[in-house]
Amino acid sequence: MNAAGDNSMIRWGLVIATYLIVGLMLVLPPVVVLSEALREGIGPAVATLADPDAVSAFRLTLEMTIASVIFNTIFGVLAAWLISKYRFPLRGLLVALIEIPISISPVVAGLVWLLLFGTQGWWGTALERMHIAVAFAPPGILLATIFVTFPYVARTLLPLMEQQGRDVEEAAMLLGASFWQILFYVTLPNARWALLSGILLTTARAMGEFGAVSVVSGHIPGLTETMPLHIETLYNGYQSVAAFTMAALLAIMAMATVWLRSVFEARALRLPEPDVQEGGRA
Amino acid sequence: MSVRVEDLTRSVTGSKGEKTLLQDVSLDVPNGEFVALVGPSGAGKTTLLRAIAGLDPATSGQIMIDGRAMQGLAPRERNVGFVFQNYALFQHLTVAKNISFGLDVLPRAQRPSRTEIAQKVSDLLQLIRLPDLGSAYPYRLSGGQRQRVALARALARRPGLLLLDEPFGALDPVVRRAVRTWIRSLHEQLGLTTILVTHDQEEALDVADRVVVMQDGRIMQDGNADTLEIRPATPFVMEFLGESLCFAGQISRGWFLADEAHIEPFQVADQEAGPAVAMIRPYEVTLVPEAEGSSLKRTGGRYGMARLLVDLGARSVEILRPEAEMPAVDGTKVNLAISSARLFRDGHLLHGKDPVVSAVTAENIRASEIPAHVLSAN
Amino acid sequence: MLKPVHALRVAWPRPGDPLPGFRFALITTVFWIGLIVALPLTALIIRPWQEGTGAMVAAMQDSRMFAALRISFTTAFLAALLDVPLGIILAWSLVRAHLPGRRVVDALIDLPFAIPTAVTGITLATLYGPQGWLGAPLKYLGISVAYTATGIVVALMFVGLPFIVRSVEPVLREFPPELEEAAGLLGARPWQILTRVALPTLMPAIVSGFGLAFARGIGEYGSVIFIAGNQPFRSEIAPLLIVVRLQEFDYAGATSIAFVLLVASSVCLAGVAWLRRRVARGLIAGADS
Repeated sequence: MNAAGDNSMIRWGLVIATYLIVGLMLVLPPVVVLSEALREGIGPAVATLADPDAVSAFRLTLEMTIASVIFNTIFGVLAAWLISKYRFPLRGLLVALIEIPISISPVVAGLVWLLLFGTQGWWGTALERMHIAVAFAPPGILLATIFVTFPYVARTLLPLMEQQGRDVEEAAMLLGASFWQILFYVTLPNARWALLSGILLTTARAMGEFGAVSVVSGHIPGLTETMPLHIETLYNGYQSVAAFTMAALLAIMAMATVWLRSVFEARALRLPEPDVQEGGRA
Repeated sequence: MSVRVEDLTRSVTGSKGEKTLLQDVSLDVPNGEFVALVGPSGAGKTTLLRAIAGLDPATSGQIMIDGRAMQGLAPRERNVGFVFQNYALFQHLTVAKNISFGLDVLPRAQRPSRTEIAQKVSDLLQLIRLPDLGSAYPYRLSGGQRQRVALARALARRPGLLLLDEPFGALDPVVRRAVRTWIRSLHEQLGLTTILVTHDQEEALDVADRVVVMQDGRIMQDGNADTLEIRPATPFVMEFLGESLCFAGQISRGWFLADEAHIEPFQVADQEAGPAVAMIRPYEVTLVPEAEGSSLKRTGGRYGMARLLVDLGARSVEILRPEAEMPAVDGTKVNLAISSARLFRDGHLLHGKDPVVSAVTAENIRASEIPAHVLSAN
Repeated sequence: MLKPVHALRVAWPRPGDPLPGFRFALITTVFWIGLIVALPLTALIIRPWQEGTGAMVAAMQDSRMFAALRISFTTAFLAALLDVPLGIILAWSLVRAHLPGRRVVDALIDLPFAIPTAVTGITLATLYGPQGWLGAPLKYLGISVAYTATGIVVALMFVGLPFIVRSVEPVLREFPPELEEAAGLLGARPWQILTRVALPTLMPAIVSGFGLAFARGIGEYGSVIFIAGNQPFRSEIAPLLIVVRLQEFDYAGATSIAFVLLVASSVCLAGVAWLRRRVARGLIAGADS
């Protein structure tokens, strides 16, 4: 047999293997979600979303997501600015600290907040005396979500902002711009697609976070259950249709966010490269 | 605006220990002058320019603009126009918005009205001869156009001082020459004080009133084209400004005697005896027929000058002579007369005698305008 | 003399950097990182020792903890390892095979990143459950996936797959086809081209993809607990044991496990990083010789 025949056989073998892997591992799960949700038809499925606990879970997820996106965007932008535009001692340590939450188990990410604010935590009893609920309440859920999604905005911005150097910032500064003017008129517009991408990634992660939130939430339906937690409650309560309907809704929300991100990323790639490489400094 | 730099030193601590980028640099630029900072890369010229703009802090020394100390004054308060080497245009803003940036960021009370800004932008677009490109984005522009936009942006707030960092670096040779002349005329027209950084000595001599030659973070010499050519302070300045030949020798009883054969001794006035180095431009060397002399070989020619290879025994040197002289020297043996050489000892020019050269620069030579008295020197 | 003062000021890399905002950005960033990352991690490190070494000693003698850690690490390792060939096939198909429907496949690869873990968890549990579309046929063949350690591996494979594909893909894209063609012209069989030319070049990317998938697998919780069955000593993962201890209000125990998990996964990741460097260096050395 000649080499071309050899290659095309191998090629077809690999293509078929690809379809098998994709089909079994990646196509089947979403199909299962939809078929389980719609097992009794679309009416009953949609009806489960009207349940007060479901509505409250939806609202809590929305609130937590928006709040953590706001916090992480503000601080992610400032951290990226600091790390990309200046050189200072212990800069590497800051970068390492920003990345830590990525490699930590979500359960541990929840646990650490209980160690601080839980009933047996360092400040738990003090807060209880002041009637401030952090653990097993929305503030705890927010802290856990912020922790888990902490790195994304800074990490998406950093490589781009480093690569852009600080020439345009210096130019803006010489033209009389203040810190905020440089940030909002020059730096962020130049990094807008990366920023948007980081925000969307944070959004997708925040709405889907399960492990960390599960540990600090206390699972009180209607009060401290986010959508992922409510899905667990429904599933363990053998309310399969309701569980999968909410799962489908959450998955669609997260996937739409991720899809939007890839659209923007493609957009960003089509834009011309900024001419930073044209010449170094003498 | 006048600029005065006093004993400026800047050192940074890098991974390889402390490094001095500028060492006791002093510079005086009177109002309205066009000064070029030249030197090889790493000489500290961009560092000096950035220090004047306030972009890089100095370790010691001070900078005064219009007699006002700049210590602690933020770059935005200095009102200097700065054109970056890569232009640093704002990619997300139109040309017009780039130009008006400096006005747009003014506090409301000082900001001109919208129509005034628009008028100003259109004036500047006229000035840079891009009247129709106000709504274009920088990535659509050619290198030369970007450079002009960067210049217009720097001029929008009417700075008295214009700082240009290698502004011609990214342009092709033809555009370069045109832009150079245009910037010079702009300088006159707007009554600016301009400091230009370049690594191209020709460009500097061509466009500036005064040239400051830098090396290793120090100013080697500061003067006009004639001074630099006739009295280069160090062999480095001599070499940096153009092709040069170097002959080691001795000064003895008022004469310079080259170590090598085939070089005519020449008289020097009032010089202490001792070793010295004579440096000369290839076109300043003249030929003296000599039976025991060296043979000549023509290797090429340009602008009416013939390039001749002279065999000195241990090495060969190339000199330039007018083609008109060729029939006379063809096939003859010659010695080299170098009496218009500059003499250096311990790395510095020996004073006491001005070499017999007039203001001839390499640029003139290329334009083939060699004054007769230079050609007939000696 | 001012000299020493200068030397001191210069030690701070950009003394008097004129770009505004440094101090503001530094203070805010340090404050925020301190509050959100450093403070909780400090608690995690200090807490196990706070009531003396007792809790830690007790944890170290807890065979259930070691079983959970062993299960977490072995399943994560196995899943990442099994993902490697699958990931290479997918990456190769995306880059080289002119695959019909390439864009769809490309989008589907990121699905495990996008789907919330809880959704993955209940879906895989249903799919591989005794009555599931895949669970039922497998049960007929005598293989039970759900509620066993096999189920954990299946879930972690799903979660880890994109890491391998997305690590290998860019390298494969940069990999000049001429290399393969040259090897072919030199008489290498396709199999030899794969093992002698392609795989060595891809090795650093494979190792880092493996490392990412492995790291994610060790800590994974949501996509695993529904399918795992969670029987102590058999299919109970370490993150779940932390949750169990917390439900027993045993903070010290939970923190001890978290601490050991953190240390062990740091060691594993350092090992992967070391391996990657070694492989990359071998590649350069190999190219030189």
